[in-house]
Amino acid sequence: MSERAAEISPADDEQDDDQITDSAAPDAVTEDGTASDAETATDPVTTGAESVVRALENAGVECAFGVQGGAIMPVYDALYDSDIRHVTMAHEQGAAHAADAYGIVSGEPGVCLATSGPGATNLVTGIADADMDSDPLLALTGQVPTEFVGNDAFQETDTTGVTTPITKDNSFASDSDRVGSDVSEAFALAGAGRPGPTLVDLPKDITKGETDQEPDDPKVPDTYQVQERADTEIVEAAAERIENAARPVMLLGGGVIKGEASEACREFAIEHEIPVITTMPGIGAFPEDHELSLEMAGMHGTGYANMAITHCDTLIGIGTRFDDRLTGGIETFAPDAELIHVDIDPAEISKNIHADYPLVGDAETVVEQLADAVDESPDATKWRAQCQQWKSDYSMAYDAPKDEPVQPEFVVEALDEATSDRAIVTTGVGQHQMWACQYWTYTEPRTWVSSHGLGTMGYGLPSAIGARIAADDDQEVVCIDGDGSFLMTLQGLSVAVREELDITVAVLNNEYIGMVRQWQDAFFDGRHSASDYGWMPEFDKLAEAFGAEGFRIDDYDDVAETIDAAIAYDGPSVIDVHIDPDANVYPMVPSGGDNGQFALAEDQL
Amino acid sequence: MKRGLEGPEPEERPTPSGRRNKQGIRIDPEVEATHEPRRTVISALVEHEPGVLSDVSGLFSRRQFNIESLTVGPTEDDDRARITIVVEEPDPGIDQVEKQLRKLVPVISVRELEPDAMRRELALIKVDATDPAQVNAVAEMYDAETVDSSPETATIEVTGARPKIEAAVETFSQFGIREISRTGTTALARGTDRTAAAESTAQPADEANHGDNYQTADDD
Repeated sequence: MSERAAEISPADDEQDDDQITDSAAPDAVTEDGTASDAETATDPVTTGAESVVRALENAGVECAFGVQGGAIMPVYDALYDSDIRHVTMAHEQGAAHAADAYGIVSGEPGVCLATSGPGATNLVTGIADADMDSDPLLALTGQVPTEFVGNDAFQETDTTGVTTPITKDNSFASDSDRVGSDVSEAFALAGAGRPGPTLVDLPKDITKGETDQEPDDPKVPDTYQVQERADTEIVEAAAERIENAARPVMLLGGGVIKGEASEACREFAIEHEIPVITTMPGIGAFPEDHELSLEMAGMHGTGYANMAITHCDTLIGIGTRFDDRLTGGIETFAPDAELIHVDIDPAEISKNIHADYPLVGDAETVVEQLADAVDESPDATKWRAQCQQWKSDYSMAYDAPKDEPVQPEFVVEALDEATSDRAIVTTGVGQHQMWACQYWTYTEPRTWVSSHGLGTMGYGLPSAIGARIAADDDQEVVCIDGDGSFLMTLQGLSVAVREELDITVAVLNNEYIGMVRQWQDAFFDGRHSASDYGWMPEFDKLAEAFGAEGFRIDDYDDVAETIDAAIAYDGPSVIDVHIDPDANVYPMVPSGGDNGQFALAEDQL
Repeated sequence: MKRGLEGPEPEERPTPSGRRNKQGIRIDPEVEATHEPRRTVISALVEHEPGVLSDVSGLFSRRQFNIESLTVGPTEDDDRARITIVVEEPDPGIDQVEKQLRKLVPVISVRELEPDAMRRELALIKVDATDPAQVNAVAEMYDAETVDSSPETATIEVTGARPKIEAAVETFSQFGIREISRTGTTALARGTDRTAAAESTAQPADEANHGDNYQTADDD
């Protein structure tokens, strides 16, 4: 870092003599043996942009994802002198997804940067994705200079206006002295309470403007208040309900993972022997190889999870917003169940499903409160036996005859087999995503990275990039993608190659927008309007054109060996897996249907 | 499509007896329970900063809350503004309006006002002035003031609760109304009751008044 600073300083016309002396100073200071990090921290800021970067450093940001451009240039110029790693993405959408995944895996807000206008609008899909999934994300966007704002200047967009509905909060920086603190506050807000995306729009004159104001420490505004502990009386009442339950079920959502409550939930479920279901974002909150696990419920959840959720009499929902893909039709969702709902966001209580026991608070804290309040385990031996019976009645078994095309379920299981328990899976959106949910056995939180609420095709590869950077070195990162989804953001391969990221992409290639094809077969008389992708490139060759390693699977004999080779390859690799083009995802609850009436085959739809 | 999973067919599976209504509330399957919409006034104290009104109005439109009127103006504190919103929703909807509003970062406090709160709106009504004496007589009836007159028109300012304004508009219509401009309702809680204080934790809708009587004791 200091090398770069030394190179650039003399050539930088805008710096006056004092500043050149300043940047030369660290070299002189080293004679007393102090670490260069300490010196960086004491360099006073001179511009709004430096204050922005200082705010990120103070917040502990280690990596940011973005694309350079006109209006954001002052910030990038300040980043040049920072220890923060910047990953240049091939498209801003990828920057937002990468930062989003970084936030999911690390638990700290991911940071993305873009310039004004098209840069900012390209971030929009990724910001909306983070908003729907409550992922902590900070977006910094360049803006035209304040005097041009509102004049339809070159590359101007009303970015705060565009992103208001999809951010937790956003702001327009209007003061060089305050801009660093604006960024600090936005960072703190992104991770506080219910996480979500925040955005600061940075006009070029504000970031270029002179200031000696150091940013404030990251702190949420006073008007943002989060309740940590739930109301004791309701906790007691809920505990009593649990003790008296005959058919209890715990439903763990993404909030369990975000609230670091997985351990508390595991202990609670195991101590009281309560069957556990997860939502899709909750995957990893409870080990799927545990006897009490019924895995995921909802549209493509397991039959046993959907039977259990439909027939339970006490539903303990934690950190879930009861999305329609989980509930199916409201009228038939857990119709006999009293709902105990734990959520940090009061607005989620009784939004979709009425909560009989509303417990507003931090998931971990409230589960511990519940654990203290429940003295006796519910008497549910019969219920647990019933759940096990459903597990065998509706098992997730599939046929894989050698003379037929490769079944996608087999490939997902083979990938799981070839990797460790801590391996991280990222996906795009579509059939492949559902197979990745159903046939991979997740045991750890923060190992499942996917686009849930927004359902963003193209999420897989850029999120694998963000996940890779946030993950530990010994964690494999596997992107299970679909051909249609991969095609939307595969320019990210250039990033993976440049940054030498060890990622394995398995493209489950059926030459269809498979989920659409499945719905067309079921609900549109098999009319494959615009879902037939018979013009797919050869992804293995395409990977090689980018400088990645390419593999191809056509039949069962290749699967294990090819997967091992791709996982072993130290760098980005792409496996073009030619799967059975007719394979569909079951079980399936039709949109708005009754979870207990899930279809096991097309003729049941 | 050609295959599926093994297991009992949908019709062979047991189904539970209960049911929920469209608002997710468990109901007796024999009884159809619906929450009728009611009209109420919600008051929000917000940071007086650019964009806050668009944050609030945007929230209402994207969440499809049925909004009747929205007024905003400064308060005794220069840094704060008060937004008064009249909504018509079933109770779960009113509850959501309050909770979603409270989530906005610049919003300091939110509450639903009691039915006896003071509610006022202002209307300017421009009518044909063919019979000025008659217009004045009607204006007097409503404590209204003539704020502009020309040989052909008279413009009357009337303030009061909404039913009074509606009645005034109806009565003035006999003269031929040319134009009307109305402000929408602004409101304050009665007596020492704070309308929306910074430290107030607004009560949930089900504790608040459920009466559908919009008219108040102080309707003049």
